[in-house]
Amino acid sequence: MKIPLIYNWRSLLGRPASTAFTALGIGLVVAVFIGMLALANGFAVALARTGSDQNVIVMRKGADAELSSSVDRASASILSADPHVARGADGHPLVSPEVYMVIPMGRNGDTTKMANVVLRGISDAVWEVRTNLTIAEGRRPTAGQNEVCVGQKLVGRFPRTAVGEAVTIAGRPWAVVCHFTAAGSSFESEIWGMNEQVMPVMRGQVFQSVTFRLADPKSFEETKRALETDQRITVDVHRESEFYAQQSQLLGKILRFLALMITSIMAVGAVFGAINTMYAAVASRSSEIAVLLTLGFQPRSILASFLAESALIALVGGAIGCLIALPVNGVVASTTNWATFSEIAFSFRITPGLLLAGVTFGVVMGIVGGFFPALRASRMAVVQALR
Amino acid sequence: MRFFPMLRANLLRSKKRTFFTIASVALALFLFASLRTVVTTLANNSQFGSARRLVTTNSTGFVLPLPLAYANRLQAVPGVESVTWANWFGGRYGDGKRFFATFAVKAESYFAMYPEMQIPADQQAAFMRDRMGAIVGARLLTIFGWKVGQNVTLQGTIFPGDWTFTIDGVYTPTDKSIGDDAMMFHYEYLDEYMKKTGPGGLAGWYIVEIDHPDHAAQIGQSIDAMFRSSPDPTKTGTEKAFNASFATMWGNVSLLMNTIGMAVVFAILLVTANAMMMSARERIREVAVLKTIGFSDARLFGLVMLEAGLITTIGAVIGLGAAKLLYRVTNFSAMGFLPGFDVSRSTLFWGAGIALVLMLASGFAPAWRAARLPVVTALRSVE
Repeated sequence: MKIPLIYNWRSLLGRPASTAFTALGIGLVVAVFIGMLALANGFAVALARTGSDQNVIVMRKGADAELSSSVDRASASILSADPHVARGADGHPLVSPEVYMVIPMGRNGDTTKMANVVLRGISDAVWEVRTNLTIAEGRRPTAGQNEVCVGQKLVGRFPRTAVGEAVTIAGRPWAVVCHFTAAGSSFESEIWGMNEQVMPVMRGQVFQSVTFRLADPKSFEETKRALETDQRITVDVHRESEFYAQQSQLLGKILRFLALMITSIMAVGAVFGAINTMYAAVASRSSEIAVLLTLGFQPRSILASFLAESALIALVGGAIGCLIALPVNGVVASTTNWATFSEIAFSFRITPGLLLAGVTFGVVMGIVGGFFPALRASRMAVVQALR
Repeated sequence: MRFFPMLRANLLRSKKRTFFTIASVALALFLFASLRTVVTTLANNSQFGSARRLVTTNSTGFVLPLPLAYANRLQAVPGVESVTWANWFGGRYGDGKRFFATFAVKAESYFAMYPEMQIPADQQAAFMRDRMGAIVGARLLTIFGWKVGQNVTLQGTIFPGDWTFTIDGVYTPTDKSIGDDAMMFHYEYLDEYMKKTGPGGLAGWYIVEIDHPDHAAQIGQSIDAMFRSSPDPTKTGTEKAFNASFATMWGNVSLLMNTIGMAVVFAILLVTANAMMMSARERIREVAVLKTIGFSDARLFGLVMLEAGLITTIGAVIGLGAAKLLYRVTNFSAMGFLPGFDVSRSTLFWGAGIALVLMLASGFAPAWRAARLPVVTALRSVE
């Protein structure tokens, strides 16, 4: 026969301090677990969302990042004329040749602390090639003008980035004419200006990459083969989504490794805490257990009951952990993506799945911690316990 | 120490509990030491740099090069003793999974300016004679199993193609902030390549040695003023500031590590305090008996505190000691991101401080209760 849960609940309330301490300890571990995975999540999303799987990014052969690549104008026009490229409504190719460079910018508050920000040269086509772009405020930069559009994540973190103000790049003022969002992707940590204005800053007549929309989304492999074997150009062709995801691999791996290492060490500590609590609970209730056994409850019911009690503490702890972690959702953190030497900002992302994982993690800690004490309780000899 | 047998008996009364409590204190302090060492290592590396070395980069962006012609003009600036330069060479070795920094350097002046990198004289001489020679950090030899004299081939990412170098020598840094996993080769080798594909004659950045640290600001300003109206204006600062700017690029990492460290310590505080309280509760009757036979309140308070102190001290010694030893023995550097990763003395002191706080916070409530316990109620309440 099962021992009702209310017995465990009342027992927990009978030792409030010990229950609270154990639950809070587990809660903190769960909070760190959720927080760190939310960080890794946010980072992965920022880069995974950067690329679209309908787009293709072309770079010089052997280049592993846009920064180390260069594509000359002749190659760019060959790519524009390629039949694999999708066409817009009036027949123009959906191709965006882009200049990519990293510029230093002083941070808000402390201008002596420099951050490296991506300055991307674009053409008008970019707004069509990339479908996740929205102008949040202002208007698109116009050709021939020293105008820039600033990614939403930079606004407020760097000085003079409001629409109507001017940022200094390469010693010249550039008017900020708009802010844009890109579904939380890393583009939101970039500044975009027109190619013909940005290119002279690089002192070259080259682009760093060419991104285009596939005419047929299923034809990626064929497009890749056709372009990489084209004798006139020496390029590597990547699916845009895969390229940006791969850029974040190293940092993403480090974050996940850290999250797992730190939380597993913490979890061991919390499990020890749960073990202590449950052993004490079993020891102080030995006469109760003996009475239960005398009444005819099976040892396995006792085992289940104490496991349930431990899981209950952990469940409360898990819930507390969720509450502690929730406020970090959406908080913007920044670090450098070492693959590009540029700063990338991203938000902590807590998803329902992550909360569930956190609570499950907590309950598992409780069950693991409660097992041996519960086993001892179920194996108690009645006569000895009553004496 | 008269009370030691009693203390020992108390700790051994519930061996499991004592073990688990000590282990959780040890784990907490191990984690604390590891996390804080990330922060101190970052801070340390950003502090690296001789006060007599300035770094001159392109002010438009540090990834843009500067003309080689600047070398002579820099040399002519009053207060400048010597000038050298280096270029970032983006290279991949093997599958590219283990990244390491590779630079092309003006060898004659570069190694003279960095006495922190020690190279055996015969190896350096061999390197100077070898156009395709390279000097590598000691760690790279262990990672890839390279040997001096061996040829290695890198794929250029910025300068496409296969690049073959001969490992002529190994450097060992005397300052741990210099990573021991970089590779340096002759600037002339790179320049030959650049001349084939473009104008060549470009330096990634200049390093300028000056006569006195106090002149750094003034010399920096005069260098930048000299190139202000040229097509490639410069930004000059001390090497320390240059390294510090890379450290700030880690963004919120330090804050994150500190926050987690606090959470860990607090979580374990709860676990320890709970264990101490439980152990005290079980012994209420004993305390009453001790009082009856004449133990003073102060002495009982001290005994419980001493017990808490013993648990946290043993835990702290194990946790901090393990962290110190582990990173020292394994020569950990987080894939080259955190060279010189070593638990510092200040971290050990902080850890000891935390252990003290743990002892006070977990021991105080039970100790106070023991001291204030009215004998009659205690004896009555138990039976």
